Amino acid sequence: MQVQGTVFRYGDNVDTDVIIPARYLNTSNHKELAQHCMEDLDQNFIKQVKQGDIMVADKNFGCGSSREHAPIAIKESGISCVIARTFARIFFRNAINIGLPILECPEACDGIKAGDVVSVDFSTGTITNVTTGSVFQSEPFPPFMQDLIANGGLAGYIANRGKQA
Amino acid sequence: MGMTMTQKILVRHANLESVRAGQLVMADLDMVLGNDITAPVAINEFSKFGKETVFDKDKVALVPDHFSPNKDIKAAEQCKCLRDFANDHDITNYFDVGQMGIEHALLPEKGLVGAGDLVIGADSHTCTYGALGAFSTGVGSTDMACGMATGQAWFKVPSALKFNLSGKFSPYVSGKDLILHIIGMIGVDGALYQSMEFTGEGVANLTIDDRFTVANMAIEAGAKNGIFPVDEVALAYLKEHCPKEPVIYEADADAPYEAVYDIDLSTIKSTVSFPHLPSNTRTIDQVGEVRIDQVVIGSCTNGHISDLRQAAAILKGRKVAKHVRALIFPATQKIWKQAMNEGLFDIFVDSGCAVSTPTCGPCLGGHMGILAAGERAVSTTNRNFVGRMGHVKSEVYLASPAVAAASAVAGYIADPNKVMEA
Repeated sequence: MQVQGTVFRYGDNVDTDVIIPARYLNTSNHKELAQHCMEDLDQNFIKQVKQGDIMVADKNFGCGSSREHAPIAIKESGISCVIARTFARIFFRNAINIGLPILECPEACDGIKAGDVVSVDFSTGTITNVTTGSVFQSEPFPPFMQDLIANGGLAGYIANRGKQA
Repeated sequence: MGMTMTQKILVRHANLESVRAGQLVMADLDMVLGNDITAPVAINEFSKFGKETVFDKDKVALVPDHFSPNKDIKAAEQCKCLRDFANDHDITNYFDVGQMGIEHALLPEKGLVGAGDLVIGADSHTCTYGALGAFSTGVGSTDMACGMATGQAWFKVPSALKFNLSGKFSPYVSGKDLILHIIGMIGVDGALYQSMEFTGEGVANLTIDDRFTVANMAIEAGAKNGIFPVDEVALAYLKEHCPKEPVIYEADADAPYEAVYDIDLSTIKSTVSFPHLPSNTRTIDQVGEVRIDQVVIGSCTNGHISDLRQAAAILKGRKVAKHVRALIFPATQKIWKQAMNEGLFDIFVDSGCAVSTPTCGPCLGGHMGILAAGERAVSTTNRNFVGRMGHVKSEVYLASPAVAAASAVAGYIADPNKVMEA
């Protein structure tokens, strides 16, 4: 399973309040949430993001609130993968649970700039900066997690497992 | 190798003999919590499982506290979603406006969390119940949905940091100053994925409300949970509120800690977190002159009765500065009534404060105290991220109830000692 897209590059401690401000949490409609994704940090994000694009940030990405609306907004905006040095723990769980691929890879964060085109192979954990030719190695996703992403998250994964059993 | 207090609670709930940091375990849950922001998403996920009902109708708590009393039509729809689900599934612990309080003050008060319990909540400040010797942690809506369906959740066993407390606070210094000091010291990811375990003879000098405040903000250092030993102070609170027999866990003498911090409480000064991170702290003597427009006293962090008493002690006989709006939010109906009966509302209203029904409203920029561009608030809440309380160009300064009250009077961020001397 492979994705490729243009990089939006952010810094340390990108918190859930800037990913999706609380003033928009009076809905859980995914499309409405996505319209305001990153609004308080980068107003151009939602105007420029294309399906498949990739977000790269530094440490403690997703710190703050437990709102699952944050990874939902990112995923719905079209982002195919978030790469960071580290993730805040609740965001980490939430992203996996809703099927948003995330990777911790400090080396890739050092070698990727805004606007670079990057491809990620989830089965091997290989991150390639297509623009510069650099290749970085992250932990590959275990098969169950690839399955979970393919099923759109934990709930879909469990529901489909139930059907197969 | 010994185990930490947190690890022992996980062992018991996972039906294991021992665990080590990094191990993945499946554990039984004593309570699953959600609010009007997170539960609607969880309820939608829950519907996908094909389960007829929740694992235990007594072990799910639903509290519409964030955008309630309903701030707009969409918020009303979200609260209705909780209400309908609670009715359909006969949820015992659903608290609507009138019984509602801010969830992390309400659950302990209602006796829904006991010592030794394992609790997940779809709200990051669920870590508050560590004050009572419980393992509690924030999760997202999908985890909440799975918890409601199965009564279980998986955890990665955390390693821990130890905070060894001694001494006692100076006047007008409280648990808020301690936790802001710690976050300033270790950073907003200083305890990432870890437990923060508080211990030492200084714990006895912390009120239960101090401990709620400290455990509440463990998440602001990235921690999985914050936890206190169950001593006489905790047992007295539990005896008054919780019908369950407390199950007391102590860390082993040889429990492993990634780091140990010794903190003498008498050296802690009033501390303020400047925009836009809780770790951006300055002691009160270093703040300079910061003119403010609004003061918020309340929230899951500092809406307890002792917080209101500390604020009232400073506001008594004084007036809120003319250019400041001071808003008081008792965290629960019980605290509200207690504050009223103690005469605190007379003090607040006479000084020019507005007193609100319980709500999370202003803390997360929801309603009841939104900031305009360029405005500054001193707030006893827990986050000061960009846009947290309103406009992206507004600023939030986190502080204790004493500093917030003193600042309301002075009109700029002020030392309570100086306001009381004036």
